[in-house]
Amino acid sequence: MAITVSIPTPLRPFTAGHDSIELAGETVGQVLDGLLAAHTGLKRHLLQDDGRLRNFVSLYLNETDIRHLASTATPVRSGDVLTIVPSIAGGSPATAETKAPLSHAEMLRYSRHLLLPEVGVAGQRKLKAARVLTIGAGGLGSPLSLYLAAAGVGTIGIVDFDVVDLTNLQRQIVHGTSTLGRSKLDSAEARLTDLNPNVRIERHETRLTSRNALEIVGEYDIVVDGTDNFPTRYLVNDACVLLGKPNVYGSIFRFEGQASLFYAAKGPCYRCLYSEPPPPGLVPSCAEGGVLGVLPGIIGSIQALETIKWIIGAGTSLLGRLVLFDALKLRFRELELRKDPACPICGTNPSIHELIDYEAFCGIGAEPGYDGPEISAEELRQEMTGKAGDLVLIDVREPHEWDIVHIDGARLIPLNQLPERLSELDGHAEIVTHCHHGARSMKALEILKGAGFGKVRSLAGGIDAWAERVDPGLARY
Amino acid sequence: MMLRLSAGLVEEIRRSGERAYPAECCGVLAGHPGGVKEVVKLVAVTNRRTDDPHRYLIAPDDLRGIEAELRSQGLEVLGCYHSHPDHPAEPSAFDTEQAWPWYSYIIVRVDRAGAGELTSWVLNDDRSAMSAESVDVLSEV
Repeated sequence: MAITVSIPTPLRPFTAGHDSIELAGETVGQVLDGLLAAHTGLKRHLLQDDGRLRNFVSLYLNETDIRHLASTATPVRSGDVLTIVPSIAGGSPATAETKAPLSHAEMLRYSRHLLLPEVGVAGQRKLKAARVLTIGAGGLGSPLSLYLAAAGVGTIGIVDFDVVDLTNLQRQIVHGTSTLGRSKLDSAEARLTDLNPNVRIERHETRLTSRNALEIVGEYDIVVDGTDNFPTRYLVNDACVLLGKPNVYGSIFRFEGQASLFYAAKGPCYRCLYSEPPPPGLVPSCAEGGVLGVLPGIIGSIQALETIKWIIGAGTSLLGRLVLFDALKLRFRELELRKDPACPICGTNPSIHELIDYEAFCGIGAEPGYDGPEISAEELRQEMTGKAGDLVLIDVREPHEWDIVHIDGARLIPLNQLPERLSELDGHAEIVTHCHHGARSMKALEILKGAGFGKVRSLAGGIDAWAERVDPGLARY
Repeated sequence: MMLRLSAGLVEEIRRSGERAYPAECCGVLAGHPGGVKEVVKLVAVTNRRTDDPHRYLIAPDDLRGIEAELRSQGLEVLGCYHSHPDHPAEPSAFDTEQAWPWYSYIIVRVDRAGAGELTSWVLNDDRSAMSAESVDVLSEV
């Protein structure tokens, strides 16, 4: 029973240059054993430590891959030809590099990770070798950068150009009272390197724009989006799609949050979910609409979790799933997301091949708002002292904002009630509208002007400007 | 060991890496074996890994077909080339783990600005690592 084993070029150095060898045996396995006994140098290239064939080694019996037959138990007959066929594989270190060794101190620091077989030394090394970019060091960026640093992600890039403000500290826990007024990058870097000095923080003190996004994102393996506005969110998505990077998405609004993992190579992108941004002004920012401080902690932690799972390759990712969280009901819901074949950037016939103008795409600056007459805080004080009786000051904010602070003598008519309550107002009176910062007040002006009120002005800068420059006794928020 | 190829082929590999960016390109080096492996042509190959842009795979069926075709021209598979998008032209742990002995593995670094460093590597017999081999580029004047 002579079986011919055909040896591929790369293995001939181990068979004294022979390109084929005659061997006996009843099955593929027996022929293989005979081959390895005769040419011991072949073994480590063909077999794994556990004795199974390496995944890049294929054996063909005549014309058929033995995986389609009975594998190594496949019987052989005299005259058969068994061919060793290489498959050639490899790849860049982006997803699986394990070069980073761990010191004893790191072993101890990460011992609770090392105890998990799903992480282990290999996973911890992947974390150490990983390069993660977080966009924003704010509500979402705080918890996620803290957990990524604590988990031992080797390099964390942070994009932010803001300064730590007192109103941030209700939720942005990477910053502190001692870093008020400092740049968020300085503040976050100090806290993160204190938490884990093994982590390298790469600072990008800039606004992410169409001009710099590809360059910055290109330096990282995975991007975590902690932005609070639509233009940047679309920009991050498009840069990730164009560069083939996964994008861990999170967003928050008052008591509700969302999270997903976008990766156009294997699933949907953000544009598959929301092809168009909402009209400008429809969705208020945290600064306008408020947000419960714990909420970004939960969503940002989910983003950190998904990032870590992606790096170590454990579990089931949020790819193709959108998680919706309602903090008041304490309820998670899940929606299935599909890749949209008509998606303008990751679909079958994409129309977007480079970064665009995202401010214009999101309609920002496209329609100038109503531009009515304004009055400064100082002028208003003068007029109020002069003709206190004639001037009507209308506060168009919400009742809970009125409770925080209000101007004595003002009348509360929330903006959304104004159209129905016009009859309460004297059409001949001098009217001044005000809100928090001046935007809603201008909308109120538009309503009043439209209804025929002639003598109406809006307080520039709102109650905030009033409290800052006229009445420092009032609280600001 | 040494690998010899023309400047034109080097350019072809670099161009192929740039076209595939940000995914990886891969292909087969074909030529004459010997003390110095001489590459005379490249065979572009369909990357069978579609799940991860940082991986490439030349499937056994594809390689069998290429080998048969090359043999009829008196040529052999000498190794392969692939690109490392945004990463250095050094073998990754995965490259080493998957490598065949004797084959030359050309790696070209590619980033957004274009193709960069190009190196060639051969697996050590004990599979412990890959060693750089010199690349002799023949300029076509």
